[in-house]
Amino acid sequence: MTVAFDPGAAAARATAAILDDTLHGGSRGVVVDSPPGAGKSTLVVRAALELAAAGHPLMVIAQTNAQVDDLVVRLAEKEPELPVGRLHSSDSDPYDKVLDGLANVTKSAKAADLAGLDVVISTAAKWAHVKNVEPWGHAIVDEAYQMRSDALLAVAGLFRRALFVGDPGQLDPFSIVGADQWAGLSYDPSASAVSTLLAHNPELPQHRLPVSWRLPASAAPLVSDAFYPYTPFRSGTDHGDRKLSFGVASDGSGPDRVLDEAAESGWGLLELPARHTPRTDPEAVRAVALVVRRLLDRGGVATSERADDPVPVTADRVAVGTAHRDQAAAVRAALAELGVTGVAVDTANRLQGREFDVTVVLHPLSGRPDATAFHLETGRLCVLASRHRHACVVVCREGVADLLDEHPSTEPVQLGVTVKFPDGWEANHAVLAHLAEHRVRWRP
Amino acid sequence: MSLITTLARLEAVDSGRAQPLATVRHRHLTDRPLVLVPLTTAGEAGAPLGALVGTDRESPRLLAVAQPRDRDLRFAFLAELAEAVLPHIEAYADVVEPAERNETDPATGKKTKVEVELCTDAAQLVVPSRAGVEFVRLLGRSMRFRRTAEDDPDTPYPAPARVPLLGRWLTHYGERARVPGSSLLLAATDLLNRHWATGQSSLEDQHLGALLAWIDPPAGSSGAEAALRAELARDGEGQLLCPPAGPATDPDFDNRLLAPAIERYDRARTAFASAEDGLAADARLAELSGAEREIRSLLARVMLPTWDAVWRGLDLLRELPEGARAEDRWSRDRWSFTGHRDRVRSGEPPQPRRDDAVTAAQKLASRETAQAQLEAQEALDDPLVLAGRRLAGEAFLASVTDVEMTYTESKRPSPRPLVTVRTDERPHLAERTKVYRTLDGKPQTAEFVRYAGEPPADADGAVAEPVRADPEGGPRTGADGTAADDGEVLLVLRILDRMGRGKEPAPGSVPEPGDRIAWTLFEHDQRGGPKLPDPEETPWTHGGPPGADAATRAEHPDPVTPEDLL
Repeated sequence: MTVAFDPGAAAARATAAILDDTLHGGSRGVVVDSPPGAGKSTLVVRAALELAAAGHPLMVIAQTNAQVDDLVVRLAEKEPELPVGRLHSSDSDPYDKVLDGLANVTKSAKAADLAGLDVVISTAAKWAHVKNVEPWGHAIVDEAYQMRSDALLAVAGLFRRALFVGDPGQLDPFSIVGADQWAGLSYDPSASAVSTLLAHNPELPQHRLPVSWRLPASAAPLVSDAFYPYTPFRSGTDHGDRKLSFGVASDGSGPDRVLDEAAESGWGLLELPARHTPRTDPEAVRAVALVVRRLLDRGGVATSERADDPVPVTADRVAVGTAHRDQAAAVRAALAELGVTGVAVDTANRLQGREFDVTVVLHPLSGRPDATAFHLETGRLCVLASRHRHACVVVCREGVADLLDEHPSTEPVQLGVTVKFPDGWEANHAVLAHLAEHRVRWRP
Repeated sequence: MSLITTLARLEAVDSGRAQPLATVRHRHLTDRPLVLVPLTTAGEAGAPLGALVGTDRESPRLLAVAQPRDRDLRFAFLAELAEAVLPHIEAYADVVEPAERNETDPATGKKTKVEVELCTDAAQLVVPSRAGVEFVRLLGRSMRFRRTAEDDPDTPYPAPARVPLLGRWLTHYGERARVPGSSLLLAATDLLNRHWATGQSSLEDQHLGALLAWIDPPAGSSGAEAALRAELARDGEGQLLCPPAGPATDPDFDNRLLAPAIERYDRARTAFASAEDGLAADARLAELSGAEREIRSLLARVMLPTWDAVWRGLDLLRELPEGARAEDRWSRDRWSFTGHRDRVRSGEPPQPRRDDAVTAAQKLASRETAQAQLEAQEALDDPLVLAGRRLAGEAFLASVTDVEMTYTESKRPSPRPLVTVRTDERPHLAERTKVYRTLDGKPQTAEFVRYAGEPPADADGAVAEPVRADPEGGPRTGADGTAADDGEVLLVLRILDRMGRGKEPAPGSVPEPGDRIAWTLFEHDQRGGPKLPDPEETPWTHGGPPGADAATRAEHPDPVTPEDLL
């Protein structure tokens, strides 16, 4: 390629094509695949504003109340005059109190109260209870890949045409009971909404956002190769555009060395000696907490395209990601013991869609004697490895590569089910191979 | 596997005996379960080989197929199975009580109560293993679309009269068995594994003989030794002392005993068919029935140990008192049983081969509700199960130390008492996490406010700090001496409901100092999901309504091809 890649122009072209199909296209649905941090929310807000401006009443379906509230706030920031309805549940405190301060937002637990507003936003779960209303002409379904097919079935009668936006690489929706009985059916209720939609409507236009604005140049190629092998994307920034540095020099300990490595290269692997451990491996949990503590103590500052001056990396710009909830609880307790507060500690499921400067990840396979489908799931690792703007530190026991080799994927092949690429095994190996170049061995 | 199950399994290895996972029985057992021990033919899916069936442990009915590849014999077997199973089912179908059901009036859309019949009890089916449940499903599928001569006089291979009906019932039982906590069709291994943890792998736990050996080893032997014997020990002829619980048979049995016996039967049958006079025919008939008797006795020999094992397992389970809420789940099974009875009686067609989009979504939603409900009910019924949830941070026991009355700030203030409780457990609480306790059999809701000793959050706190960004670093230790080093913490909870309508809470509805209460972080009841569209209104995203061609395709058997050897 002789022409330099202009990320801004490429993203603008993609967005223009999506909006054209949404506003003027003839098909009932438009699907947009968005890699991590590619401006999905920005696209949703923009599409909502343009549809509203064109006089099309619009419903927006998101998956969680936090996502709904976030969208309402973003819409109000862009267009303070736009009448927006927030449909909420009848539980106590159904929405973020911030919305009470927005003059353009009407809130109600009844869809009838919000009739006639330009945009009405709610969760898929709440929309499913709305009955006997005139269908909306347009809908936007946000995080459509995390929505289950049966949830779409419950709300699809409410709109005529829809824009489906989501990230195919993140965690698939799941069910707490077995659903193998329906595997292979085009409308498998446990599959994602998009897979059902496309199985029945293969002719729908599909678009892709080509640029990740979140992931740094050090991370985008790895995440793209490992998790999106057939739909590559680029980072919006280049090497050198972002920089992470520390005010306090390294004390030579493992956590400090891995932080320096991560600041330098964007990735760091803190490898503890091989050992089979319970899920809440006390040594690994403590190592995670120590890395966070040192990161804050050493006065990390981040330089990026967002601000002219370096910005301190404070606790709210740091996250810890784990596979299980009890691991997250153990890390929270360990952080509290070290006197660290304000750091988001959560499972991959709950970190989906969020963004931080630095993330510290407890590897899902660390210390395990086996590699189950849950721990191998591509989306889990993808979420954990793609939340950061600057650097990601992975804490792991030695021997995961061998563990993977001993546990090839053994999931039964179901007839009629589209095989997902890459499989978790392959993706895990790709990430490990890359992390191995940024390894710091440490014996606590 | 939860931590407490891991612990129980370690203890089982250590002690050589299975360890209890429950103090009560979490599945309803009827007085007269119908036990079915099926066997299948190796190498051909859904070709029954034999079965023991009955409600009396002393006198099982033996069904056998002397030549499993002979379709006539297979139909005879299925007809006999129908005669053994259907009268049992039908005996329950006619004993009814009046009940009410909510129905939506299609004209007005209003919900009304309708008087309906509900079977007072339902027929319960017990098979040895999970593979047996799968086989019941397979039998159901193979039978329910069969046509009898009455259905269609031109059908080339008419099925015996009651076979399709049995297929519909077995399909219903197989489908119901997928609902968590249901007890219409039970596998003995699943039942035992729910209530005891052994020291063997979960794969070995599917072996009924080995499982019983761990739970109830013979005197003077450890569970591990007895289980090993159950899995491997063979007699002088090389046959397993404890034959597999089926439906698959042991290959050594197939090769050394069954195959030669079937061959003798085939020869005798050919000889009988070619007999030229009555005298020869009589002699050869005697030979033929001798060969058939031999096969029957071979099959009885490998099925009887399993038959006895199932009953022994049921005995062990009956020693546990039934959990308080198991009856509630059984009543759902009775509704399901009654519903299928009604569908059969009203002449509806057999269950379709595949669910349509709406039915599949409904089934998934109801099973997810059933699963969540089962988990909650088991924990509420059983302190040992609750202990597992407490260990996982999903419940906690706490003593009330202080109660402070507060009220909502509305025109008609409602009570919102703040209850301080002391616990040495570590529930995963964040601000406003809901917790529940049982009050007079109904759940009462409270929310976690803070760890005592922290300053109360100011009124606007929630605005500036949404829950997800909350530091909530878990229990603080050592702060203000409220949490001592022995690991005890003080939690402040705000009671939210079930205190009556007045300004003052109803008597007994607010905990008092000294009360020791089990709180759970999971809800006790499950809300039903939203109503899905009718199948005729399946939206475009899901392929639209099941069309005419889809319906016909689903109902018809595969076309006969030259490769079909019927």
